[in-house]
Amino acid sequence: MKTELFRTCPESGLQFHKPAEMLTRANAVLAVVMLLIGGLSALAVTLTRWPAVHLLPADKFYQLLTFHGVNMLIFWIIFFEIAVLYFCSSTLLRCRLATPKIAWLGFFLMVAGAVVNNLAVLGGNASVMMTSYVPMPANPNFYLGLILFAVGALLGCFVFLGTLVVAKDEKTYEGSIPLVTFGALTACIIAIFTIAMGAVILIPTYMWSMGWISHIDAAMYRLLWWAFGHSSQQINVAAHVSVWYAIAAIVFGAKPLSEKVSRAAFFLYICFLQLASAHHLLVDPGLSSTWKIFNTSYAMYLAVLASMIHGLTVPGSIEVAQRAKGYTKGMFEWLRKAPWGNPVFSGMFISLIGFGFIGGITGVVMGTEQINIIIHNTIYVPGHFHATVVIGTTLAFMALTYFLIPVLFRRQVFLPGLAKWQPYIFGISMMVFTLVMMGAGTLGVERRHWDMAFTDAALGFDYPASAYTLMGLVGISGTMAIIGGGIYVLITVVSVFFGKRVESESPYSSATTRLMRAEPTVVPEGGHEAAGKFGFAAPGTFALAIFFLAVFVVYYAVNWKYLASVWPMS
Amino acid sequence: MTSIQPPSEILWWKQPLDRVEGTWIALALVWSLIMFVMMPMWHIYGKQNLSNEAYRTTPAAYMAKTQAMVDQYTDRTMTDQKIPVVKPPPGSDVYLLGRLWQWWPIIELEKGQTYRLHIASMDWQHGFSLQPQNINVQILPGYEMVLTITPDTSGDQTIICNEYCGIGHHNMVGKILVTEGGS
Repeated sequence: MKTELFRTCPESGLQFHKPAEMLTRANAVLAVVMLLIGGLSALAVTLTRWPAVHLLPADKFYQLLTFHGVNMLIFWIIFFEIAVLYFCSSTLLRCRLATPKIAWLGFFLMVAGAVVNNLAVLGGNASVMMTSYVPMPANPNFYLGLILFAVGALLGCFVFLGTLVVAKDEKTYEGSIPLVTFGALTACIIAIFTIAMGAVILIPTYMWSMGWISHIDAAMYRLLWWAFGHSSQQINVAAHVSVWYAIAAIVFGAKPLSEKVSRAAFFLYICFLQLASAHHLLVDPGLSSTWKIFNTSYAMYLAVLASMIHGLTVPGSIEVAQRAKGYTKGMFEWLRKAPWGNPVFSGMFISLIGFGFIGGITGVVMGTEQINIIIHNTIYVPGHFHATVVIGTTLAFMALTYFLIPVLFRRQVFLPGLAKWQPYIFGISMMVFTLVMMGAGTLGVERRHWDMAFTDAALGFDYPASAYTLMGLVGISGTMAIIGGGIYVLITVVSVFFGKRVESESPYSSATTRLMRAEPTVVPEGGHEAAGKFGFAAPGTFALAIFFLAVFVVYYAVNWKYLASVWPMS
Repeated sequence: MTSIQPPSEILWWKQPLDRVEGTWIALALVWSLIMFVMMPMWHIYGKQNLSNEAYRTTPAAYMAKTQAMVDQYTDRTMTDQKIPVVKPPPGSDVYLLGRLWQWWPIIELEKGQTYRLHIASMDWQHGFSLQPQNINVQILPGYEMVLTITPDTSGDQTIICNEYCGIGHHNMVGKILVTEGGS
């Protein structure tokens, strides 16, 4: 262990353990490869749903939509999350990574799983969408690939937990683990639950596809599959919120407003976030309203409360840090004078705003038991989750990448001028994309549907012209977003493989340093609040939060009103 | 850098709450509880609720019930495929089935009357999506869902499938016709 395996990054002060560094790199690189192929299929899908273009024939559309869903929602995000887990354990805690060989085994299982699954889909007999609802059959390798991938990811989770044990045992840090590592631990716990649920449903489904089991009940499949499918998106929430806190700390030296509140909010995620799997079952037969109400509301919206807390404390911590640096004029000088030209910050902030205002609000609204009747399986649903998973998770990970390129990969960012614009191009076009998708969904346009004109159907239906306009805008904004994503892939790949090395030296040695407690907060004269206004340490953030709440209330009320206009049913 | 360092205070859980956080948590909690209470309230005072009435069934048993209704109440047929248009009496049990790739039969209802609409799938999962009303429910094989509905607008409504069900998914279209009634 005391061989020359550690290096300290001179710019960030972070200490890397060589095996952890290599594993973080490998997982991050594979993540970007998955993002690239997922993005290429996204282009084909978007151009098909753009009515004026209608690019692909039906079979290719459903095939590539399946391919897009699996590569983006599962492979890109989980490869990156494993990288985040290794970074938040070994690197942040300045300790060696537990069992690097098992971590590599996990990595290769994930690669093998992704290859097996993708080959099954590209083979053409597994166009079943990511959800693979039984009894629609897929090539058995579709499920086998996912199972292999999940086992690999599970090994990664155990390596993360093992590394926390190593760090504690070898006393590489003082006191409690940092908030960001705590958030990563939350993601890891949710991931283990998620993967267990995946095993519970995917293994029998694999056996059914092999003919070893005769029947799988459709309702049971949906219940268990969503315990896996929705929970995997909750890993993302915990992971990208951790990344927000990390970026606030890296860019501003920000410190949580209070450790207690931010950690309690993560704990609420562990307790309640998984119940949201019920969001997918609100208009299913066979479940009672009591069950639906309790679960869809995460008990009593306690996980929503947690997200609303993070939504305040992340920008709040930035505001307090900025005010301490003297940006105290008015309510918003701290925000105006933030480094908007630094993609690490701008990406993170657009991610926060898009996730909260678009993804968060619409998720809660459509997860309301009765309101789901006017939204279920319309294109509103992918509109919502592109706001959470793409603007929220993907953009947060992109922002973190701009920090990792010099620090982890020791390369200069290729085309820094373009990198400055990338979060805006990607984030803003994605915001438009999600909003017009949800608009079309409100008009009843279906998700996962090749032909909104029903050209070959025996009975026809005409959507209003506005639905076609909105779907045209989906095509345009989707293409713009894919260009934004393409710029990210270009910058990342060229920087990492062909980029100029950073000038400073970061040699490996056997020397390690201990992770010390944060400096005690210097309480300004007159208390914390003195730096803020009206007795509030972060008045600007509070004003933004009140604005958010007002938008939330109005949008929630509008949807009840819309629901009240449809046929009475009981 | 601090959120990526251990907390500065040893007893960080004893650190007092900032006023910004305390106020926001209180507001957010109140809003969470309001949203929670809205759902049971809508069951009491609202008019759009799913009954969650559902039964286990088999394709054969459900087909038999649907066929019996079609035999009894068919009024005419539509399209080259001679899809029956069924006019069941108000208040009766109406059976609709989803199969690859059709909603069957076509149903004619009277405005302002209440019907017990049964829906089940004969094969894979389907999505019942009534347009332009925009009522969407999930239809599963093996389960017979019952919606007690009261059409309060007249005109043609189209049933689209909004759960992906294979290569003919986008052609799976059916109709519910609503007449002014009043006779």
